[in-house]
Amino acid sequence: MEALSAEPLLEAERLALKAGDRWLCCEFSLRLKAGECLVLLGPNGAGKTTLLNTFAGLRLPAAGSLRLGGRLGSEWDRTALARFRGLLAQSRPELFSSSVLESVLVGRHPHLGRWGWEGENDKQIALDALREVGLSGFEARDVLTLSGGERQRVAIAALLVQAPRLLLLDEPTNHLDLHYQIAVLELFRRQLADGRAAVMVLHDINLASRYADHVILFDGRGNVLAGASEEVLREDCLSHAFAHPIVRIEQGGRTLFMPR
Amino acid sequence: MGVAMSVREQALMPGRPNAIRVSIALVLAAVLVFVWALTTGSIAVGLPELWSALFGDAEGISAGVVRELRLPRAAAVFACGGLLALAGALMQVLLRNPLADPYILGVSGGAAVGALAAMLLGLGAWWVDGAAFAGALAAMLLVFGLAHGEGAWTQTRLLLTGVIVAAGCGAIVTLMLSLAPDSRLQSMLFWLMGDASGARRPWPALIVLVLGLACVAPVARDLNVLARGDSAARALGVDVDRLRYAVYGLASLLTAVSVTLIGSVGFVGLIVPHLVRFVIGNDQRLLLPFAVLVGGTLLTLADTVARTLIAPTQLPVGVVTALIGVPVFLFLLARKPG
Repeated sequence: MEALSAEPLLEAERLALKAGDRWLCCEFSLRLKAGECLVLLGPNGAGKTTLLNTFAGLRLPAAGSLRLGGRLGSEWDRTALARFRGLLAQSRPELFSSSVLESVLVGRHPHLGRWGWEGENDKQIALDALREVGLSGFEARDVLTLSGGERQRVAIAALLVQAPRLLLLDEPTNHLDLHYQIAVLELFRRQLADGRAAVMVLHDINLASRYADHVILFDGRGNVLAGASEEVLREDCLSHAFAHPIVRIEQGGRTLFMPR
Repeated sequence: MGVAMSVREQALMPGRPNAIRVSIALVLAAVLVFVWALTTGSIAVGLPELWSALFGDAEGISAGVVRELRLPRAAAVFACGGLLALAGALMQVLLRNPLADPYILGVSGGAAVGALAAMLLGLGAWWVDGAAFAGALAAMLLVFGLAHGEGAWTQTRLLLTGVIVAAGCGAIVTLMLSLAPDSRLQSMLFWLMGDASGARRPWPALIVLVLGLACVAPVARDLNVLARGDSAARALGVDVDRLRYAVYGLASLLTAVSVTLIGSVGFVGLIVPHLVRFVIGNDQRLLLPFAVLVGGTLLTLADTVARTLIAPTQLPVGVVTALIGVPVFLFLLARKPG
């Protein structure tokens, strides 16, 4: 594993995205260092997932440059990149039967050689990851029999065994009940303390304000506001972005945002 | 408790616990089916005679029948069963569709048009084989050429293009059948249903089968990842587009070789991967070689049934695989959760 350094894990320079002829976001710059969390907020179809895929190196930006761990996307080898950044996709249509353990072990793919097989060590890593997401004892279950929330946690466990330094999470709280929403976000916060960084798409402004160091707020019309959490999460900006009046409430030392 | 636990946990590792036992059982089954295929028929051959015909220098009719008729046919049929099962397993993973089979992209339709055209013109067996292979390749290139596109549409377009090309070939085949003189009609119908009675040259199919397995072995784990979706595979470092097109091409080629040799035998490529998946799971590193073994064994079995059931009349092997395949598949479908 690379030595921890102050070098940003993710560095965007005047980045802009386009989908077809439509601009999804205007130029913005951003540096994400180890230990930091960036939240992408905005209305449906604004381009949050597209930006996340761009950060993952799966898509080229329309303008500007993007560096992961100091290197441009074209300078990365696929497998090395898969060890550096991991992506929790939003939808994972499972069609074939597979045990939970097998599904989680898929995350070890970039760590095994071309002819390598998952060994005892990989299995232990997978069992530890399942414990982290509260699925101990589920190893032998068929993923097709799991509920949506359980499948989401299997996918999170697969991401944990991939062990990337940059976690790219597309709605990690999808399908999760309140308990696991917090448990999973706390789990990612602990990961950040180990020298990792996270970018997550969230729909809950309150969870965003609780976990984000930086926020990129999309308004769905091609404008984005990128900055420190407290600069972006303001009544006026949020109301404009979501096209609905949003009020800020101070309650017991916590800031809450409510639709009016 | 500790021991029981560790045994249970071992059983959870992808497929491996059973792998050795299952492979021994499959090799044994293949040998038994081969022995049966070589000993039964219009001339019964005993085990000692079979041994001396294969490994000794026995002369006479029964040795000749075994060496020159039954062994090449059994080997060719085994190779085709393996080719179809391998191609079917690959198509199911690539299209992420459990109902995909080797013919889904129109390969068999193109081969049928070629072969039947050659038969209609009264050309010899070599021409029929050559025309079938050329037709299969033409259909494959047509489908890939027409479906060439960008992004998420490609998958659906490929599937739809394949289905449409197959339908077009079906229409041409029907036209040719209605124009065909009665004397040629039966052999044309047999070809369409899948007929191994003309299979005499097993080597090309066996070599292609071994080469095909050798090509997919290094990417088998990439296919495991691909089975879980494109974005997951890309995020895990798989070069999805290149892998997909290379394996599509390979699967179509395997299918073309099999169709050329024994016609479009159905169900082997659809059902065998499912049968193996039930026993061993969906780890392609085990699924693909085991599917080859099971596919070869089943098709050899079906062909032996086809030529002995109402001997001396030989049934097309495709009829037997369909008669076995349909109930087996319905049974599997009924017990599938969800």
